[in-house]
Amino acid sequence: MRLKENINMQDSKTQKDKLVPLVKIRNLKKAFGSNLVLKGFNLDLFPNENVVILGKSGSGKSVLIKCLVRLVEVDEGEILVLGKSIPDLEQEELDEIRTDVGFLFQGSALYDSMTVRENLQFPLRRHKERMKGQDEEKLIMEALRSVGLEHAIDLMPAELSGGMKRRIALARTLILQPQIILYDEPTSGLDPITSNEIIQLILKIQKDLKATSLIITHDMDCARVISNRMIILQDGINYAEGTYEVLSQSDDKKVKAFFKEVQKR
Amino acid sequence: METIAKSIKNYLEETGSISQFAFRFFQQAVRPPFEFKELLRQCYLIGYNSLFLVIATGFIMGLVLTLQVRPTMIEFGAVSYMPQMVGISIVREIGPVITALICAGKVGSSIGAELGSMKVTEQIDAMEVSGTNPFKYLVVTRIMASTLMLPLLVIAADAIGLFGSFLIESIKGDVSMTLYFNIVFETLTFGDLLPATIKSFFFGFAIGLVGCYKGYHSKKGTEGVGKAANSAVVLASLLLFVIDFLAVLVADIFYEI
Repeated sequence: MRLKENINMQDSKTQKDKLVPLVKIRNLKKAFGSNLVLKGFNLDLFPNENVVILGKSGSGKSVLIKCLVRLVEVDEGEILVLGKSIPDLEQEELDEIRTDVGFLFQGSALYDSMTVRENLQFPLRRHKERMKGQDEEKLIMEALRSVGLEHAIDLMPAELSGGMKRRIALARTLILQPQIILYDEPTSGLDPITSNEIIQLILKIQKDLKATSLIITHDMDCARVISNRMIILQDGINYAEGTYEVLSQSDDKKVKAFFKEVQKR
Repeated sequence: METIAKSIKNYLEETGSISQFAFRFFQQAVRPPFEFKELLRQCYLIGYNSLFLVIATGFIMGLVLTLQVRPTMIEFGAVSYMPQMVGISIVREIGPVITALICAGKVGSSIGAELGSMKVTEQIDAMEVSGTNPFKYLVVTRIMASTLMLPLLVIAADAIGLFGSFLIESIKGDVSMTLYFNIVFETLTFGDLLPATIKSFFFGFAIGLVGCYKGYHSKKGTEGVGKAANSAVVLASLLLFVIDFLAVLVADIFYEI
């Protein structure tokens, strides 16, 4: 059963109906062996939106965004990203779409054997045509400037703190100037001050790049500050949807229990 | 009975999976874009960084072989055949197999651990979402570098092994360097060198393939990385002996060893 909590969002919904969603997911199903993780998830992600997907550990949040870039193959359902059906794309078309979808990994996933400069150069090497006319060094410096780490250009990932790694990973995500950015737990494993810095950085990037974001998190503070809309992923479906204010006031038992549990942490 | 059936099933599945991985390697290796820069870097890492270990082992191998065999050869009055005996043993068998085993330990484990750790920390996924083909960048370059470098390392080990053998001969007996190496090269034929060199390519391929396969398919967690490195060495070593046996069988057909 899906809960309709988005009554207060009727106006914006009417406006959204006119827009074409950048990401459209319908009846997404994914199982690992006998464990059915996603049981029919639906989502529309509209331009310039920041949608946060909340859920308990193991609820399938990371699996969901990995399905969006086909890091995980879906079992059933439809995924349209920028109008293209992700499960049906040929490798070359998929690589092309992936340049329009930035992905910030939970553990930053910086390449250990490369310097910060080389980490940022890496996505550019396959997409020089896309960056035609733009100086590589200038792009790298701009990306580093946007995260405030120009001075770290020649450092190795092992020499960076957790927060710096996350910011460099964000710069690497931004270097191809994606239309959509997927964040997998952007503040996990960071102290509250650094978490706040990352949240502010995401908001700044959002404003500057006008990118659309899908954020996976179980950090309620992060979700509250960043999101225009929240989706609670429970029992493999988008169980409830709405703004923070709407969801936190919900009378639904499961939603109440979810908020109570999150606030306990 | 059930455990045996399960083990056989696992073994067959693993064999199928490695064969698929090898097939994918050949498929990707001939398709552009080619990662020449990374291939050169891997050649340096695999070849140059293993050179000291291979040379040291080869040298000691030559010394020990000569020291061990010499008393028996004296007993049979065949000490003048020492260069022939050592030359053929090192070039045909001991040089390639010892070098390959050392590389299985050093290169195989390092590739397994490196790719395993990249898998666990989502670096391979990060490459994939940036539109780069991680298989081509990480796997094809490593297998190619290992295949190309191993024969060169074997040649280095053979040369230094023969030199070690000459040192013992010159200390214990009375032989000049020119005479020693003249006898060695006169003894060695095309049928000794060619099969040994060809099988070295296969050894290199097996080491790279198994290291990459184990690393690329390592399970999540640090334990998975350790297991990937360990099983890469075990499986590669086992494969080396199988390849060696097959190579000797084939060489025997063509050159009547």
